[in-house]
This record gives sequence, C-alpha cells and structure tokens, in this order.
Amino acid sequence: MIETIATSGLILNEPLLWEKGRKGRSGFSLPRRDVETSPMDPALTGEGPDFPDLSEVDVVRHYTRLSTWNFGVDTGMYPLGSCTMKYNPKTNERQASLPGFSRSHPLLPEKLSQGALELMFKLERYLAEITGMEAVSLQPAAGAHGELAGMLLIHAYHKGKGSQRSKIIIPDTAHGTNPASAALCGYRPVPVNSNENGILSAETIAAVMDEETAGIMVTNPNTLGLFEENIKEIAEVVHAKDGLIYCDGANMNAVMGIVDMMEIGIDVLHLNLHKTFSTPHGGGGPGSGPVCVNKTLEPFLPIPRIVSENGHYALSEDFPQSIGKLDTFHGHFGVMVKAYSYIMSMGAEGLKKASQLAVLNANYIKEKLKGVFHLPYDRPCMHECVFTDKNQAANKITTLEMAKRLMDYGFHPPTVYFPLVVQGAIMIEPTETESKEDIDRFIDALQHIAQEAKENPQILKEAPNRCKVKRLDETAAARKPCLAG
Amino acid sequence: MRYLPHTKEEINAMLQTVGVDTLEDLFSTIPSSCCCRMGLNLPEPLTEWELNAHMDTLTAKMAVSPEYKVFMGAGSYEHYTPVAATYLLSRSEFVTSYTPYQPEMSQGTLQAIYEYQTLASRLMGMEVATASHYDGSTALAEALLMAIRITRKKRVAVSKLIHPLHRRVVQTYFDPTGYEVIELPYLENGKTDLAMLEELEGLAAVAVQSPNFFGCVEDLKSVGEKSHAGGSLFIVSFTEALAYGLLKNPGSQGADIVCGEGQSLGLPRSFGGPGLGVLGSLTKYMRNLPGRLIGRTQDKEGKDGFVLTLATREQHIRREKATSNICTNNSHCALSAAVYMASLGGTGFRELSQLNHDKAEYLKNELAKAGFVIPFDSPTFNEFVVKFPGGFAAKYNGLLDKKIVAGLPVETYYPELKDHYLLCATETMSKEDMDELVREVLK
Amino acid sequence: MKEINELNLPDDLRYAEDHEWARSEKNNIRVGIDDYAQDQLGDIVYVDLPQKGDKFSKGEEFGTVESVKAVSELFIPVGGEVIEINKNLEDIPELVNNSPYDEGWMILIKPDDPAELNALMDRDAYLEMLKGQ
Repeated sequence: MIETIATSGLILNEPLLWEKGRKGRSGFSLPRRDVETSPMDPALTGEGPDFPDLSEVDVVRHYTRLSTWNFGVDTGMYPLGSCTMKYNPKTNERQASLPGFSRSHPLLPEKLSQGALELMFKLERYLAEITGMEAVSLQPAAGAHGELAGMLLIHAYHKGKGSQRSKIIIPDTAHGTNPASAALCGYRPVPVNSNENGILSAETIAAVMDEETAGIMVTNPNTLGLFEENIKEIAEVVHAKDGLIYCDGANMNAVMGIVDMMEIGIDVLHLNLHKTFSTPHGGGGPGSGPVCVNKTLEPFLPIPRIVSENGHYALSEDFPQSIGKLDTFHGHFGVMVKAYSYIMSMGAEGLKKASQLAVLNANYIKEKLKGVFHLPYDRPCMHECVFTDKNQAANKITTLEMAKRLMDYGFHPPTVYFPLVVQGAIMIEPTETESKEDIDRFIDALQHIAQEAKENPQILKEAPNRCKVKRLDETAAARKPCLAG
Repeated sequence: MRYLPHTKEEINAMLQTVGVDTLEDLFSTIPSSCCCRMGLNLPEPLTEWELNAHMDTLTAKMAVSPEYKVFMGAGSYEHYTPVAATYLLSRSEFVTSYTPYQPEMSQGTLQAIYEYQTLASRLMGMEVATASHYDGSTALAEALLMAIRITRKKRVAVSKLIHPLHRRVVQTYFDPTGYEVIELPYLENGKTDLAMLEELEGLAAVAVQSPNFFGCVEDLKSVGEKSHAGGSLFIVSFTEALAYGLLKNPGSQGADIVCGEGQSLGLPRSFGGPGLGVLGSLTKYMRNLPGRLIGRTQDKEGKDGFVLTLATREQHIRREKATSNICTNNSHCALSAAVYMASLGGTGFRELSQLNHDKAEYLKNELAKAGFVIPFDSPTFNEFVVKFPGGFAAKYNGLLDKKIVAGLPVETYYPELKDHYLLCATETMSKEDMDELVREVLK
Repeated sequence: MKEINELNLPDDLRYAEDHEWARSEKNNIRVGIDDYAQDQLGDIVYVDLPQKGDKFSKGEEFGTVESVKAVSELFIPVGGEVIEINKNLEDIPELVNNSPYDEGWMILIKPDDPAELNALMDRDAYLEMLKGQ
C-alpha cells in the first residue's frame, strides 16, 4: 500500500446515551424561578419522557466521540457524484448564527423583519440571474421538495387550462426523487432511454410526447455528467404539445455563468442550495431547494411571496393562482443566509470560475483514470464522470469493494451503482474546491486499488479496515429492524 | 478567491492533460445556441470584512430578544439552548458530512440519529420515529398520506385547531391527489368539536393537535376512542414538543401516528426554518413510514453498529411507488434535538416543562386579574388566547415601538375571533417582562 | 450468483416467465418463487403477501419480495382466490432463499381455471427461456 493520508488512529468506544448517566444528573442550567408553581390538572399530567440524566461533561464527551467516527468535507475529499460536496465556507456559519437572524420569529410584523425579507428578496433575484429564469420561490425545503413544487406548478398550469394531464416523461438517468415527486401529483412516469452517447434524443421524446403528457423532467447536465445537447429541440417537441420542461438543477454547479436555463427552453428548475451554493449537508440535511420559473409559471409560485416597494419589503398572499404553501413558514431561512453569503463572497466571476474548475477537475480525473477503469461514455464531461467496474470483473472485484477500499486510503467513496443505466457505476464529482495535489492523491489511490484488484483481491473484499466498524450486516438490520433502543 | 485552490500553473497543467487550451474549451459539448452567457449581473464580491459589515446591517433591521420582548409562539418558540449544545453541533464532522450511505465512515451520524429516533419515540410514546422531515407541516401531510396508504380510505378529518399554516401545507399536498380533507370545528372551550365524527364515514384518519393552536390541551383519549370506533387511525400533531414533559404523551392516549414540529427542542427560530419534522408510529405501521430510518446491527466481527435500513420504502429504490419523495431531510436539526434532549435529561425536561407552564399561567392570571378576557377555559401549556378590548390593534402597534410584541393577532387565521391574541411565555420571559407587558396593555 | 446449470428446478413444477413456480395439489395450486429468482434477489429481507380471500386474475401482482436494496413484484401464475398464505415468511423471510419450493412457499390458491396451469412452462421450456435471456 502506498503512503496515504489515512492512518490507523485511536478510536474510542462510546455507549448509547441511555447506557450512560445517573438519575438526577443534569447538563442544563435552568433559569431562576421567579413565579410560583402552578399545578397542571393531574388527569392530563404524565410521567415525563424517559430520557437519561447526564451531566454536561457526559454529553460533551458523547457527541465529541461520535463525531470522530464521521467523515466530512472538512476531513477530506468527498467526491460523491451528484451531491456536490464542495467546501462549506465558515463565514457562512457566522452569518446564519447572527442573533438578528437566528432569534427572529417568522411571524413578526413586516416592519420588524426587514433584514430577513431583504435578504430573501435579493437572494431570489440573484438566483434568477444565475439561472436565467424570471422568478424564484425559496420555500421548498430540499431538492425533492423543489421537485414537488415544480410538479405542482406544472399541475396547476394544466389545471388552469382546463385539461389535466396524466403522464410525465422521465429519462432512465433520473434521480429516484423525480418519479416519486411526480407520483405525488398523480402523474404516471413514462420512462425514456438515453441514446448511445448517454444523452436524450429529440426523436425519442417526440415518440412519446402527446396531449396526455404534462411535460418532461430532465436533469441537465445529466447524471452521467453529460450536457443534454439536444435540450432545445426537446423543449420544442414538448412545448409544441403544450407540455412543460422541468429541469432538475442538482447539477447546476457545472454551468453557472455559462448556460442560461430559460434560453435553452426550461420552464421550471429547482436548485439545491446545499450543493451548488456551498451550504453544508449536515449529515443529510437541512437543505434548501428553491424553484426558479419563467413568466408562464410565475403566477402559480408558492405564497407568500416577497414583494418590494420603495425599499420596503413585504409578504404578499395576493396571488390567486398560487399552488399554496409548501412549508409552515418561509422555508429554510438559515440555509438561505449561507447561500446568500456565498454568492456575495464569490461574485459573478467567482461563480463562473467555480463551475469552470469543477468541470476541469472532473475531466482531469476522467483522463487520468480512463485507462484503469472502464469509461462507458468517452466524451468531454461536465462536473462529474462515470466509470464502471467492467475492467475488474475478471478478478471478480466489484464497484462496492473498490469503494470500500478507498476508505482505507482516507477518501470518501464516490457515488456507486448510480445512475442505474450504467452497470456497476462509479460516479466521481470532485468539485472545484479540491486542489490538484488532493486530486492527484485520489487518482493515485484508485490506481493502486485497481492494482490490488489484480494482485490481492482479498484485501478489497475485506475493506474497509481502518474505520470504526467493518462491513455491517444490512440484511439482518432489514430482517429484524431495531429502530429504537 | 480563497475557496478555489488552483494556481495558474496548475490550471495549465490540468488543461494540458485534458487536451484543451482554455477553461472555456471545456464546455465545447454545449451547443453554441445554449452557451455562453456574457457575465452575470451580480454585486461585486465582498471581502469577509465587508460581508460581516453587510450582514450586521441586515440583522440590525430585525426585532429579536433581548432588545425586544416577543410574546409570540404559534409554532415557533424561544427557548434557551445550552452553549455546550451549540458548541457540539458546530463540529464539522457532523456539519460537513453527507447522508450516511457509507455506514463504516458515518457511524457518528448514524448512532446519533438512532439515539434521536429513540428519544423522539419516547417523547411521543411511539414505538418508532423516522430520522426527520422538513418541518411540522410536511410531517403532518406525510402522516395523513401514510394513513391513507394503510387504510386505503380516501378522506381525512383534521381539527381546525391544528396550526392553520400546517393545514395549508396539507391542502397543497392534497390538492392534486383528489383525497378529501374535512375540517372539524372547535368548541367554546377551545377544544376540537368531535360531533361530526359520528356522521363521517370512510375516514382514513382523524388528526388533532395538542396543545392546539389556541394553546389548549385536547382530550386525546376521547378523540382516540372516537377515531378508532369509526375505523380510522388516530393522528396527534404538536408544535410545542416541550409540553410532553408535563402532559401525557400521545401514544399513551391511543395515538397510532404522532407528528409535529421539533423546533422547540434546541433549534434557533431562524425566521421559521430549518425546523424539524418529527414523525413516529406504532411498529405495525413501520413499513408505511415515509423517510429515512436508522437501525442497529452488527459488523462482520460482531461489533455493534448502525445502518440506514428499510430503504426499499424509499424513492431511490421504489421510485414512483415510494412511501414519500423525501431524500435530503433535516438530519442536523434532529441531531440538535437529540443533543438538547440529552442535555436536559428526563428530570430537566420535566422541570423545564413545568417552568414554561408556570410562566404562562402567571401571565394569564395577571391579565385576567387586570380585567382581560380569557375566552377559552381549557387548560393550556405555555401559550393561550386573550381577548383584548375592541380596537386593540392600535395599542398593539404602539407597543411594537416600545419593543414589545404582544402576541399574534388570531384574527389573521380565524376571522371570527376579532381582538383575540395568542400570547406565549416560555422560560425566557422573566416575571418583570410579563409585569411590564400587563402594565403596558393596561395603559 | 449461480450458473444456469447450477439451478435447482424440480421436474414436477410449472414455471412462469416472471420466475414464479406453481404446483398442483389436489384441487389447489401452491405458488412461490424459484431458485433463479431467489438467487438473483440475494438475501430476502421481507415478503409482502396478500390476505386470505383476496382474488387475482392470472398475471396480476399479488405481493412483493424485498432484498436490502431491491423490490420485486410477484405476479400470480394462475388466477384464483388465495386460501392460505405462508405466515412463517413474516418472521423468517430467508426461508425463500433456503427452501424456495418447500418451507419458502408463498400462497395457496383455489384456481378459477385449473387449465391455466398447463399454459405455464415445464422445466425444459423454462431452462430454454433462461438461456435465451
């Protein structure tokens, strides 16, 4: 094995919370009582929850130890395809935790919340500018919620025209959230295949597009990391039958300042602020999934919307065709602050440069590794590239084993077995914030793993060896689920 | 730009490997008709110094404690978060990691969320809880859809005293489905009127919130009995999780599914989000739950560990037949709730809950003594409705200038309740703050 | 995964294109999934079966079988009424892996038209189909 950044270190064990502590301990400073106790009706009173009593030290050690078993972007390279694990700037955290934002009540009268409204108003404008779309709603709480918003908008559009439609076209490369979001609106997904170049052909779409079809959900750049070159023709085909084009903007990080989404025919697009706009993933959320639309769909956007008059910002519900509300208040405001802070720090040039370098890093990896791993679509890629385990099949080594082995070298594995159209897919998205030397180290590690696959396949089958645990029994977990202690 | 590490030399070397001359050439597969933009019209980039100053200007336009006394709850509550919790939550191993799809490298998140699922289940009196949802409103919508899947019935009854904004989100989710939402009216005592249930047939679920939007504690046991007698599932929602430190939990009162907003478990209000959608059920409905679940298992050497499990319910496997479209959830918010619940412990949680109740009771009594009407006589937790004299709106606005927010005008959501205000007092309000409010509204 | 010549495909069964088997038992028909299907799925973690009394016509979906990362639909090879289900699969789904034709059976049906059984493939025809895939 080569010299790597990963080492076997000291890993401390830590029991479950309720295996610690003693009744009567406390990790909380209660405020001084300045009012009398007022008993609650005993018929309504319960025992209180069965939580362990812990001291502050117990709690601090517990979570500190747990954190050391995790791997984050701050730990090292996290080339998870389709997830855009770029660096999460620390200044964004400072801005979101400013008391003026973090302590603010969402239903405060407008004149007492001008700062938050101004930030949201401007963020909407900036996102519209970056995507080329005309109006934005920040309400959707995550990517899939943005997709749902998009589907609801399309549904409302057809409803407004008096003819509801029953189907939606979804390419085989789509994220699973696409069909699931469409199904929530009652649409039946119509699957279409990509062509031999890994992209959609206008003819394929024309063959299935009809007056019963509400539109198409495309991801552009797609999940193979390829730009959908025929998007304009596809948009024409769909628009000709009054269908609409939904674009999953999960991969917007490749094309900021380069592609104008409205220009290429998109009617509605969602963004993932937790991907493209650098807000942290937090172990799986919270995210934020704004929807950006053209004028056709603007009347249907969620309410309330932020409006501005003479420098005063207000929330307006005066949009009678709106699809309604998508979450209780205004969406994930705390996440919006971080995305705003990122855009303000990067500026127009910085964002474009980020996309360029993201694409450079991915193409560099593709070129360096294409002799080692099978590359199903050998074309210039966008921000990610997709390999397979075909070359390693002779040694009976699969994508999963190589992914697990990568952990021993100190890297988070890429996305594996997605997109589904590529058997044994290894989907690598380095992002722009990885330096050349880190990328070279990553390439080096994968080259060594390919070598090991030939010479010592057993070591891959046993990997990982340096984590807190070895491979876990997922079958037992699913057969006899133990979901609470 | 300090987040972009590439030097000019490195860029050139990499371009050479790729086989193109310039960064622009990397985009040659994009047809010229789709490319390229002539620069974005965005503000000039700010230095960190300038950004801090800019943000400080924006936040200066916000009304927050301690400068303002905000007696407003209504689904977003001010509670004190221990500094130790905030400190732990900023650990970047938690903050900068992704969904734990690679369990060997994510045991920290996995154990922490497994513990969260456990604590949340215990709080609600449920047998299982999901890893998290976006907020209380989407958790409610998902809970209702779940009941429809389980019972195969197509209509639900929802109390009008469930948070009005949560009900609006339910409406958005239900609109395209054709499922029917029937609203149950409320009684003069501030609780849900169940009379309609006798006549309604084919209900998948009956849903009430407790404490409800007026702050009143519902008689859950009897709602549960009536729902079950009619063959529907019983769903309880909440916006103030701390109430269950004192009140009987919904599971003990017969709830099949419990859902709600977990913001008050140590999350900042943050202008309404991110919050925490909490959702739990009985084990028998486990396979119908939407969203992620974490389970305990062992590694191949027999060591305990945790994995994402029952994934076949989810969108990445079952696609259009999934139990929900949710992918990214509010994991870090669930972690915050877990750290908060662990810091309080069972004993602390009960004491804090009692204190919240006592503060609000004090304020309610003082206002009643001062001659204001408390229109609903049911027991409340840390918020309640007051009826102020006609024309109070002008006084309310005047108080804003004195940096007091005297609750939320209920009329916004219930037009029949003119001059009714929903007031909240948590442990963060001192007796002095409350006395001042009473003095001011009397003036 | 097994090679085709390693598969256990008993002679006395009939096979459907979707890899269910059917066995005539007096007037009823017992149904499960065959060795090929269980091998392709890998470790089975959950089997979702219909209720007694449910009726299906030939080719309809009657349940699902799940491994850790896949769900497969089960299609009824002969139409009829479900008169018994294998309750053991609720707690021990691995029976489908370990004993697909005996302890891992899924449902017993009272066929509407027993002749539908004859329309299914015999072992040789089924093997041919698998080789062709």
